[in-house]
Amino acid sequence: MASRDRPLSPHIQVYRPQITSILSIVHRITGVALTMGTLLLTWWLVSAAYGPEAFETSQAFLGSWFGHLVLWGFAFATFYHLGNGVRHLAWDFGWGFEMPVLEKSGLVVVGFAVVCTLITLIAAYAAGGA
Amino acid sequence: MEMRSSLGRARGLGSTKDGVGHWWAQRVTAIALVPLSIWFVFAAIGLMGADFATYQAWIGIFGNALMMVVLVLVLFYHAHLGMQVVIEDYVSGEACKIATLLVVKFVLFLLAASCVLAVFLVA
Repeated sequence: MASRDRPLSPHIQVYRPQITSILSIVHRITGVALTMGTLLLTWWLVSAAYGPEAFETSQAFLGSWFGHLVLWGFAFATFYHLGNGVRHLAWDFGWGFEMPVLEKSGLVVVGFAVVCTLITLIAAYAAGGA
Repeated sequence: MEMRSSLGRARGLGSTKDGVGHWWAQRVTAIALVPLSIWFVFAAIGLMGADFATYQAWIGIFGNALMMVVLVLVLFYHAHLGMQVVIEDYVSGEACKIATLLVVKFVLFLLAASCVLAVFLVA
């Protein structure tokens, strides 16, 4: 199909970034990041199958400062994607398409993600996992 | 002479080909992942810094192994569906798109199989 001389739709740079569009792309970014994170989950589970020594290695990595940083990111991505996923499911039921509701539910999702990540961090350190 | 009916010709040719099945599967796995991922957060907190014996005892409990396997299967299926949408949207060029889709499909399947096997071997 010849597509050369057809008009282009307005491109991304002409749109002012809005909370709706930012949160939408963050949903995709966290989704892809979580998919990358499955590499870590796989490594952790498989290391246990290789025996105690390999498992201690993966646990030591996850217990390092860099491992903690990755896990914090993992937790935030999980909670954001979870919260915004539920927002998506609400849209599937036809709920919440009005502009003020869209912005409010978006902020609720961000708040949910931040609060849940903090609770998880506190719980993890309180459990003595640090 | 055209032997196929109009419906037969149109079927599978729409802009999303088999979009409804994909859309529905994405929703079903998303709903399942709500409790599964919350379970995993709790499990991960409990296992932070655990030694091998502790992990082995934990995954040796039927319910834990079952939840882990179900989580892995649903998670990778959902990840695959999502990655497919992202690739279809952002990778231009049919050959490049199909190649990327295939690689991601194979890698995710391999990872999922590795996770399930790893749980079985330790549990």
